[in-house]
Amino acid sequence: MQDFAQSFSLALMHIVTLDPDLIEIVGLSLQVSLSATVISCLIGLPVGAFVAVTRFPGRSALIVCMNALMGLPPVVVGLFVYLQLSRAGPLGFLGLLYTPTAMIIAQSILITPIAGALSRQVLEDLHKEYREQFSSLVLSTAAQIRALIWDGRYSLITVALAAFGRSVAEVGAVIIVGGNIDHLTRVMTTAIALETSKGDLTLAMSLGLILLFIALGINALVSTFRLTASRYGYA
Amino acid sequence: MLERPLHLKMSGAGGRSADAGVSTRVSDASRHPLEARALSYAADGKLLIDSIDLSFAPEGISVMMGYNGAGKSLLLRLLHGMIEPSSGRVLWSGEPVTEEVRRQQAMVFQKPVLLRRTVLANIEFVLKSRGLKDPQQARRVIERVGLSDLANRPARLLSGGEQQRLALGRALALNPRILFLDEATASLDPASMLAIEEIVRQARDSGHKIVMVTHNIGQAKRLADEIIFIHDGRITEQGSADAFFENPASREAQAYRDGVILTHENTGELNA
Repeated sequence: MQDFAQSFSLALMHIVTLDPDLIEIVGLSLQVSLSATVISCLIGLPVGAFVAVTRFPGRSALIVCMNALMGLPPVVVGLFVYLQLSRAGPLGFLGLLYTPTAMIIAQSILITPIAGALSRQVLEDLHKEYREQFSSLVLSTAAQIRALIWDGRYSLITVALAAFGRSVAEVGAVIIVGGNIDHLTRVMTTAIALETSKGDLTLAMSLGLILLFIALGINALVSTFRLTASRYGYA
Repeated sequence: MLERPLHLKMSGAGGRSADAGVSTRVSDASRHPLEARALSYAADGKLLIDSIDLSFAPEGISVMMGYNGAGKSLLLRLLHGMIEPSSGRVLWSGEPVTEEVRRQQAMVFQKPVLLRRTVLANIEFVLKSRGLKDPQQARRVIERVGLSDLANRPARLLSGGEQQRLALGRALALNPRILFLDEATASLDPASMLAIEEIVRQARDSGHKIVMVTHNIGQAKRLADEIIFIHDGRITEQGSADAFFENPASREAQAYRDGVILTHENTGELNA
């Protein structure tokens, strides 16, 4: 118990004094996960919007797949990306394995289905409300999608935050394709796993506290966006 | 058996002033360019619109009336091209309705569908959808429907009456050659309803052809130039408002005017 208390106070000291190693790890984590979130939204939102607005054969099956892919195991994604980027893989010539780029790719694959499936649900609900008006205005599919994405912006921001939350907290994919290399590919989750196994609870707890803080921050942001949207009739 | 469609003398809107530009477009024919020929619509094996032939007076306000489930709103959507008919055709100047023609029409629904934007942005959205980008035009529309003070307010925070005025202004911003109103005042208080009616009158006087559905007989008397009475998916009567309210030709219309509730028992009697 004394060790725990001591580690906890040291962990707080690490955070308060902005320990350079800690900052580096947190910075890389945010860089990787934010990049993956942006990429996943750039792909997932238009795909989700298109599926929400259009009707085509196989649409229901596609929606089932999109929903199922939200539960992709990170280690499976990591393994898949590893096989593509390893020297013997089809993309081995790019030399991306064990780089932050590989981690961004893996996380993007992991969370794009989340961005796509959740935005599809949000925008389909909105489209149900707008459908007759859009039909009356004879809007093109592209114009409908643009309008839906803009009008659903508050809900879509929460979708993006959910995707970011998933990416920043996952460990399985980034540890396989990043390799947890110090000063290169070490992020919060992989560092926590490593430091805990080494018995260095101080750094692990510092990072754990920051990860918790980020999770709380994301939830606070989601609540704020929802409240703001409701207050202005944009929910 | 119900009576087949009965076409009485049409009223037109002869004495009313009309915007020169619009009236030139539509008054050169004895009927409005929009018409339905043998229009039918079936769903789940039930015929909801039964071989309707319909054309409108070239100007003024045509009011569709009838009991719930008669097919009024469905007919409005078919005429506006929002739903494909099971058979028959909707024509514009004798030709099939194209998307370009549909862009010359507008519709206001019973429950206003407003974008999650400000009042001004709602108008700007439809203007941009038609390639119109004059920022003052949206302001003029808002002024026309009396919402200038609320231009920057989120549209969905407006009262029901204000929302419907915005929806009507948004439709009129498109300068439609025909404006469909589907029970646009159904859930409004009397003051809001009268405000909407005034805008509708002004639109009519500006030369916009208006086809509206209402259950409100008082409103129909105040606004209608022409009445179309629909029963069980068929037009049982079409003619001038004065003639309709003085002496409805069909028994269903007479019952409706007199506030008789149609039940299975008296429907049989009426249809006998």
